[in-house]
Amino acid sequence: MPAAAIPPLDMEIPYTAEARPDTGVYNAKIGLWLFLASEVMLFGALFSSYILLRVGSPEWPQGLLSVPIGALNTFVLIGSSITVVMSWLALKGNDFGKFKLYMGSTILLALLFISIKSFEYHDKFTHYFVKLKDGTELTGHIEGRPFNWSLAKLKASANAPREIAFHPDAPKQGEPVPDSTHQTLRLPVEQIAKLESFGPWRNTYLAIYFTLSGLHALHVVGGIVVMLYHWGAGHRLWRKSREQFTNRVEVTGLYWHFVELVWIFLFPVMYIL
Amino acid sequence: MQTAATAGIHETAHHDHHELSFVRKYIFSTDHKVVGIQYGITALLFMFLGYGLMALMRWQLAYPGKPIPVFGDLLLKVLGPDMATGGIMSPDLYNSFGAMHGTIMIFLAVVPLAAGAFANYLVPLQIGAPDMAFPKLNMMSYWVYFVGGAIMLASFFIPGGAAKSGWTSYSPLATVADLARQIDGQTMWLLGMVFLITSSLLGSVNIITTIIQLRAPGMNWMRLPFFVWAQLVTAFLLLLAFPPLEAAGIMQLMDNLFGTSFFLPTGLVVGGQMLEVSGGGSPLLWQHLFWFLAHPEVYVLILPAMGIVAEIIANNTRKQIFGYKSLVYASMALGFISFLVWAHHMYLTGMGTKISTFFQTTTMIISIPSVIILTSLFLSLWGGSIRFNTPMLFALAFLPMFGIGGLTGLPLGFSATDIHLHDTYYVIGHFHYVVAPGTIFALFAGVYYWFPKITGRTMNEFWGKVHFVLSLIFMNLIFMPMFIQGLEGMHRRMYDGGAAYSAAPDLAHGLATAIKLNVGISHAAWLLGLAQVPFIINFFWSIRNGRKVESDNPWQATTLEWQTPTPPPHGNFTRPPVVHRGPYEYSLPGRPQDFTPQNQPD
Repeated sequence: MPAAAIPPLDMEIPYTAEARPDTGVYNAKIGLWLFLASEVMLFGALFSSYILLRVGSPEWPQGLLSVPIGALNTFVLIGSSITVVMSWLALKGNDFGKFKLYMGSTILLALLFISIKSFEYHDKFTHYFVKLKDGTELTGHIEGRPFNWSLAKLKASANAPREIAFHPDAPKQGEPVPDSTHQTLRLPVEQIAKLESFGPWRNTYLAIYFTLSGLHALHVVGGIVVMLYHWGAGHRLWRKSREQFTNRVEVTGLYWHFVELVWIFLFPVMYIL
Repeated sequence: MQTAATAGIHETAHHDHHELSFVRKYIFSTDHKVVGIQYGITALLFMFLGYGLMALMRWQLAYPGKPIPVFGDLLLKVLGPDMATGGIMSPDLYNSFGAMHGTIMIFLAVVPLAAGAFANYLVPLQIGAPDMAFPKLNMMSYWVYFVGGAIMLASFFIPGGAAKSGWTSYSPLATVADLARQIDGQTMWLLGMVFLITSSLLGSVNIITTIIQLRAPGMNWMRLPFFVWAQLVTAFLLLLAFPPLEAAGIMQLMDNLFGTSFFLPTGLVVGGQMLEVSGGGSPLLWQHLFWFLAHPEVYVLILPAMGIVAEIIANNTRKQIFGYKSLVYASMALGFISFLVWAHHMYLTGMGTKISTFFQTTTMIISIPSVIILTSLFLSLWGGSIRFNTPMLFALAFLPMFGIGGLTGLPLGFSATDIHLHDTYYVIGHFHYVVAPGTIFALFAGVYYWFPKITGRTMNEFWGKVHFVLSLIFMNLIFMPMFIQGLEGMHRRMYDGGAAYSAAPDLAHGLATAIKLNVGISHAAWLLGLAQVPFIINFFWSIRNGRKVESDNPWQATTLEWQTPTPPPHGNFTRPPVVHRGPYEYSLPGRPQDFTPQNQPD
């Protein structure tokens, strides 16, 4: 068969698996780095907005999130970016079983991260701010820990309670201890002027916290979907082209490291500073 | 392909050909040429719609409060009495159409045409690649764009109508414009934008990777046609400038749907009542994030146009374009500096004179690379024996039209003169000169120029020239008077076309005449629509009935897209091209022909 006469009708896109000699990379790697550049601009814009909003605000709430839980989640994510590298190394060493093990652990760690995060989110929606008609402002929890109540919802519900049992927060260090602390207050509903949970509407800090961490969580979920696909259906491509599959896991790892990196910025900015 | 050496190969080819169903071949196609054509047709339809909205608005401006003839009843039937009582355009409808005219023209028509259609079709051909680097992503990019466009269209028909806070969607207006509704036009706008941004992300990653990775052997960086360079810079702008708008869009969506206050300041009063929000947000923040996209976006609109014009000028002057390297470096500089000029849209926001001075300086600096490009293109004409065909006429008209658009931008770039001109019709005249007789003329030039490669037939020359002459006349009759109106101080957002100025005739005596120009402008705008009829008929008629091209290279061009079969098959080239020379080797002495294709060996 005269090789020179073969027209390129099967049309393979060049450099999907092997690197182009003069650029030194395969296509997907450049594509992914470009995607990450775009992601840097996306999160960069949100972090810049955070700075601008914080600089422009007279007071900035602190201590609303638990640092130990945030630190735990940080270590969970760091662990997952180690296992994702291990899964790639396993493929480099031609060990598909080991790849499944490490990729599986990465997915589990990512799921653990999301679970902890949703626990933290839930916590915010059961924490309340109350303003009474006499001007008293309180923060604390409603008995039974109801999820995301508001005054309108409370009044609209069929068996609306006449009063709510309210446990005020303990005061912060250095603040005077009001009489109401450590006791359950019975607040008549008609005396309440405003009732809202600590959702994104509560203040600008919570707004940017939910937006940034929510967008980050979406990236984690996206990563989980892709990694589940590699974990479950990867053997097909592995049988067809080991090199290409290894590349795919490599770029997935790159993405996963970026997701981890965003959290490394998010954690101090939202929990500590 | 037909002369394939062995029967085996022929069979494979045959087999491949039949494997693709109609749907895979023309609808969910991964072929960059089909995706390019899909982008092109969709974008042209959106351009027509964008024009239609403006044509209706021009009636309201010329004859405020009078029922719209012919289309008034239609508006009443389709959009309901809230929007068009008795066929009269309501203020809300005017605002909706204004916002959507801008949105559609920029995000759904011109950018998809320039950076979607032309880039998709031509970049792989011009660099000698079989397809884009990620064909599936390419298909996805079109369909995501399609969904974004569908959402934008659907927003016209929801209660309250489409977004009505300008294409700039300034907060807090964008959030409070339709407070009573949970899902309003603005929410739809933001959702649509998320899709459009995703589409442009997929497209730009694809274009950049393709240009870096899939250049044919010998196609080194300084042998790339200027069009490819322009698309490369454009793709970088789309890649890096859009995400901040996405971030801003997410925050505005949070403001609209979840009651956050990213862009709502403390103590905001709406309709005489304090707004029940936490406050503490910054309306300026929206403007910064918006213009961080929207200024580079201007160069996204203009760079591909410059690329198209450069190709056509080189081909039709039969000589090397002047200063190829200057063009390349200038476009890179343009791309880079375009990220540093955004706040010149915000001189009057009270952001501070020091910041204004900084952005005034960068704005003056960015005019240097723009002038380098335009001057190089002008000088390319020097000593050429010019062929005045339809694509060349449009390309030639682009130069002075873009020149007017660019130069009238300078008084807006100075923070002192901008105080008078800001938000007047002068601004509208300025940016329309850049985009309408500028970019859109270049796009028309591109359509006429590459039509023979895509269809194998040429468009009719005579009707092409009719289309050109009429478009040139009416474009200028529309936008030139706007400079006069703007200099007189006529505000750009008035629903009654400035009729309210008659309440204070002594204060605004010049405006009395400026307002009268509205009628002439409107008639020119409607005639511009009529002038497109020859184009539309010519376009569709020529697909089947145009004069067949005699060769694969009817313009005798040098670049690689003309060295393929017509139309190029799946995979583009019959044999992998090898590049031996630069992109514009025209009229070199001692050669047998006046052009030497890039893939011709020495």
